[in-house]
Amino acid sequence: MLLLSLFLPALIGGCWVALAAAPLGAFVIWRKQAYFGDALSHSALLGVALGLLFHLSVNGMVMGVCVVLSIALMLLQRQRMISSDALLGVIAHFSLALGLLLASVTQQNVDLMSYLFGDILAVHWADLSWMISAVCLVLAILWVLWPHLLAMTLDVELAQVEGTPVFWMQLVLMVLTAITVALAMKVVGILLITALMVIPAASARYWAKTPEQMVIIAGVFGCLSIFMGLLFSITIDAPAGPAIVVAAGSIFFMATLSQAVSCRRSK
Amino acid sequence: MFETTETLLNLKQVSFQINQQSILSQIDLHLNAGEILTLVGPNGAGKSTLLKIILGLLKPSSGSIHVHPQVRFGYIPQKITLDPTFPITVRRYLQMARAPKALYKGVDYWLATLEIEYLASAALQSLSGGELQRVLLARALLRAPNLLVLDEPTQGLDMVGQQAFYQRLGQLREQLHCGILLVSHDLHLVMAATDRVICIHHHVCCSGCPEDVRQHPEFLQLLGAFPQPALAVYQHHHDHQHHLSGHVETVISGS
Repeated sequence: MLLLSLFLPALIGGCWVALAAAPLGAFVIWRKQAYFGDALSHSALLGVALGLLFHLSVNGMVMGVCVVLSIALMLLQRQRMISSDALLGVIAHFSLALGLLLASVTQQNVDLMSYLFGDILAVHWADLSWMISAVCLVLAILWVLWPHLLAMTLDVELAQVEGTPVFWMQLVLMVLTAITVALAMKVVGILLITALMVIPAASARYWAKTPEQMVIIAGVFGCLSIFMGLLFSITIDAPAGPAIVVAAGSIFFMATLSQAVSCRRSK
Repeated sequence: MFETTETLLNLKQVSFQINQQSILSQIDLHLNAGEILTLVGPNGAGKSTLLKIILGLLKPSSGSIHVHPQVRFGYIPQKITLDPTFPITVRRYLQMARAPKALYKGVDYWLATLEIEYLASAALQSLSGGELQRVLLARALLRAPNLLVLDEPTQGLDMVGQQAFYQRLGQLREQLHCGILLVSHDLHLVMAATDRVICIHHHVCCSGCPEDVRQHPEFLQLLGAFPQPALAVYQHHHDHQHHLSGHVETVISGS
């Protein structure tokens, strides 16, 4: 009974987060922004540190820092002297280092590990309400703007000619990614956020014929990873975040393998 | 639908500079409904830049652009980036085009009209050049455009394909009564299909109906003598040029 009360909220919260991570992970892959996801998640630690330092909501600060950072990146990318991957490298590690520095100054007994590697088993029924509402908000916005977001992803100029407000769509996508980063931090921890977004979507690519299929399959794989990871973590008493990512990775490798086999067969 | 004489597009003295370098200077251009206008000119002459200014993707440095407020563009870019990570079928791709309800003919109509029904469930990335070109045309047409803007739509097509394409353009002009603005290198085939030609090399070198432009000295100097129909011309484009030093330079297609 104790196990179940530990397991169930974690499972429900984790699956909801995986549902938000699926479409945004797909966009990260389509737009080739895995490194952007990494930069955002590293900067999440800065948000944690600021939240603790000023006694503000940690989740709120994480989202705030991520949003500010994505806007800063968007503006910085307009100059062409330094490429965006170099910019991301600068910002990701600067904010990670600054976060670590600030966290050590807070003088509080901060369990950094729980932020770095996630703490999903500490999710209580009370946490679920805000997690689920945040996920619903992300999904609702995606639903409404889906045609525009797809058009922009396929071809920016064509989308612009056809009336998609490209700048605003990019901004929306960044803000939604920031919210998802804050959510995923709870599940797998700062260091593995991108994994939760990218791996299920990458596994889904093999079977998907349309973007919508890719997102749905990614969602299924994400939830499956959460379930398998939690089960594994509880059985052998291992940290849940890494277990979830290992599960997601295993699904990816199996998908790759089965794809390779079926390709060979069809030849 | 527009009256024949209605002006869809009117550019006056449009100039465009980037990093103090003049790409376009003092371009005048106008296009009426139901008219086909072709931009010709050597590589790097600023043709694609001019299209982007017309489409509102670039802001001109000076000059005025008037686009009829009811214009709905159908645009085929010179190339589209097809990322293999993005799963999409031809049908799903075409469904992304939006148009006013009353004018929307549906994906199946254009698939049938352009004879590409057999591609409906194919992955967009798997198409050949000619197939992709038709799909892009279908996508542009689904928007029920009254101004089609085509940036080198026949590249990658053989002579027969090009001829068929220009024939189709003529039919579409009749059917949709839309204006058509296109950029082309295939001078001889284009000449047959177009109403007016504008030859551009950073500025308007000459313009008028095809026969006049064909004999204009600036046109001849820029793009060479027009081949006589009876001659078998070895039409080819180099992908490199030879620098004076003898070293080979790659020519990046597009301008």
